[in-house]
Amino acid sequence: MRLEPRQEPSLALTVLAPVLAVGAALALCSLLIWWAGAPPGRALGLLLKGALGSTFALTETLTRATPLIFTGLAAAVAFRARLWNIGAEGQLYAGAVMATWLGTGMLDLPAWLMIPTLFLAGALAGGLLLLGPTLLKTRLAVDEVVTTLLLNFVVVLAVNWLVFGPWKDPMAMGWPQAAPVVDAAVLAPLVAKTRLHWGFVIALACAAGAWALMRFTTWGLEIRAVGLSERASRFAGIPVGRAVLRTALLSGGLAGMAGVSELAGLKGYLTLDLSPGFGYSGIVVAMLAGLHPLGVVAAALFVAVVSIGADSMSRALEISNYIADVATALSLLAVLVSMLAPRWRIRWR
Amino acid sequence: MRQSQTVLRIRGVTKRFGPLVANDDVSLELRRGEMLALLGENGAGKTTLMHILFGHYRADEGEVEVMGRPLPPGSPRAALDAGVGMVHQHFTLAANMTVLENVTVGTRPLFSARLRQGAARRRLADLSARFGLHVDPDARVRDLSVGQRQRVEILKALYRDTRILILDEPTAVLTPQEGEQLFATLRLLVNRGLAVILITHKLREVMAASDRCVVLRHGRVVLRTATHETDADTLARAMVGGEVPRVGRRPGEPGAEVLALDGAVLCDDGGRTLLDGLNLTLRAGEILGIAGVSGNGQAALADMVSGLLRPQAGELRVHGRAVAAPSPAGMLALGVGRVPEDRIGTGLVGDLSVMENLVLEIYRQRPWSRWGLLDFSAMRRGARELIARFDVRCQGPGAPARQLSGGNMQKLILARVLSGNPSVILANQPTWGLDVGAATFVHKALMEASRAGAGVLLISEDLDEIFQVADRIQVMHRGRLSAPVRPDEADAAAIGLAMSGHGDARSEAARAS
Repeated sequence: MRLEPRQEPSLALTVLAPVLAVGAALALCSLLIWWAGAPPGRALGLLLKGALGSTFALTETLTRATPLIFTGLAAAVAFRARLWNIGAEGQLYAGAVMATWLGTGMLDLPAWLMIPTLFLAGALAGGLLLLGPTLLKTRLAVDEVVTTLLLNFVVVLAVNWLVFGPWKDPMAMGWPQAAPVVDAAVLAPLVAKTRLHWGFVIALACAAGAWALMRFTTWGLEIRAVGLSERASRFAGIPVGRAVLRTALLSGGLAGMAGVSELAGLKGYLTLDLSPGFGYSGIVVAMLAGLHPLGVVAAALFVAVVSIGADSMSRALEISNYIADVATALSLLAVLVSMLAPRWRIRWR
Repeated sequence: MRQSQTVLRIRGVTKRFGPLVANDDVSLELRRGEMLALLGENGAGKTTLMHILFGHYRADEGEVEVMGRPLPPGSPRAALDAGVGMVHQHFTLAANMTVLENVTVGTRPLFSARLRQGAARRRLADLSARFGLHVDPDARVRDLSVGQRQRVEILKALYRDTRILILDEPTAVLTPQEGEQLFATLRLLVNRGLAVILITHKLREVMAASDRCVVLRHGRVVLRTATHETDADTLARAMVGGEVPRVGRRPGEPGAEVLALDGAVLCDDGGRTLLDGLNLTLRAGEILGIAGVSGNGQAALADMVSGLLRPQAGELRVHGRAVAAPSPAGMLALGVGRVPEDRIGTGLVGDLSVMENLVLEIYRQRPWSRWGLLDFSAMRRGARELIARFDVRCQGPGAPARQLSGGNMQKLILARVLSGNPSVILANQPTWGLDVGAATFVHKALMEASRAGAGVLLISEDLDEIFQVADRIQVMHRGRLSAPVRPDEADAAAIGLAMSGHGDARSEAARAS
């Protein structure tokens, strides 16, 4: 058996491959579920029911998808320009810190002004946080994978210090958390008596905006050109450094908005469990989406279905809820393999 | 063994890529001790045929026989074992290894207690002596000249008991003298019974060196003849399928200086001198040809004129004004159009569309964009117009640039450069790897631009090209330029000597006048 490159990628496979990949991932997961001692067929049914089977389940899934859309966009936009931003987690917290600083009494604005202000400020915080490593990359060729990754720990430790120290809410009965944001800063629920909030709509708007920016603007053309061939872009006179810095502001900004959305829409106050690794999951989402901004929405929904569904399924069947992480990881691997499929053919002999 | 023993027989090979028929019922015979020239424009199917011979592709129909035995399809190993060797246009040598190591790599078992260096060394020395391929077995390949590297490639093939040697455009990187030496060696090899396939564009070489010619066009064999029964014109007509387009020369009337370098010095990071006080003056309305063997500073010169590098000492002037901090955008704004050497890597972004590539230097200007929004309908209209004017064969403005053939990529770049009406044009190896038709198109476009008043700096390793289109010729050697000569004053031998650093291209002419 050997692989041969195809002259033209097969259209049928381009469409089918991700579907087959998800199917393969589910089959592998079924094997694990069976190994854990539960009937796989029932488990998959429970997973779907837990993620999509009721209004409550559906809103929970969309709530989970919201931060993943933001961080997925952050990764997708940056990776398009070959800026390897692994620091969305830290940028998310930077956005949340900014929103806490402004939203817990410093500003007194009506809700229609307060919420855009918080999002913009959070985006600025996230963007500026990524600007440092990006400047080091463009000026001194410092590897941004290392710097952005390590900055995550710096930011999380800083938040640690804030919620245990100066920002610790005296009304929180000793819990390490900051004061709740003022009422004008709270994102209203989209569906009554659920946790789904307006952050989801803002996330969708951001996905549409990011898509339009990449597709229809000169900035988008610059980002795409620089990512596809920096050499040719530089030769054509495209301001490569400026385009990358702009990408950094955009990517960090989107990650920062994830923090604002989670803080103002879901938690209400800054804690250390604001994000269970949404910044890292965003990378998975972006890869699953093939770095396409609209694909990010679909991929975020998929990851949310798997994680919310697996949570609910593991509770019902009393098996480990790590199965959710395993399922997401397996689908990512399967999709990455499947992305190669349309360009190659296997020849048996 | 008889002299006419057939060593290679390709019978009825057909290879399709989707709707495209790359090889259409191609048959070919190669006899012991002969040199066969395989001719054809780019895309005629020469490369596909060689890939099939080497087992990189499988033919849809037909078969290959080596030494009377069928070659199992799709196996490079089998081809090598059967004694088929190839010297590629781009050498496949490890620069940091010695000649001996390069020659023997892959011929020994991976896990072996003894290296048996002694036997290998003796065998290599014997081969070098027998065929006049002299290289120091212990020299590192990176220290060798291009001509010497080619000798190592040939030795590598001979070391593996090659009986059929294929050379792809072997003289593209050589000085005329090195080329002559190569053909002398090949003659020697052929006399000893080796069979050689020579893939080339250069008809002069075919006429001088080969025994038989096979011309491919659109995947079919269109002409099969003994070399002494044909002439260069017939071959050229067979290749292009009609009359060969000719570029008309015209007397040059150079105008004002448009581009100048004054004592430009440039060293690379390792401290090696790339440009050594280079002086150059380009005038409006002329084509200045820079000849020379690659690696003598042409890349640095081109990068400087492109705005990618700034001289460490000396001055770069455009239209008489010094450019203090050159940048690609700055040079573009000064009216410098650039045709880079590396089409797909530097000239184009392969995964962007044809129309996006066409506006890559001007997308910020109206009408291509407005308030930061790209105007796709204007881009599409402009692209259609340029595609028609420059005869770019592609599926349309939205097709990815990487799908284009080499010639069409170059036309696309020319369209981008010339549509800006530049007053200075840098063309670095503009016809490298192009077929006769596309090369003529490029030459015509450059000559038209110079007639319209642009100064054209043509950097080329192809002496024929330089003699054909340039008004003045300078030879680049070790970061310096020889004094300019007119093509009718200079002869190829003098230029060739200057290319290898011996003497001045003009010395003969200067003495005569």
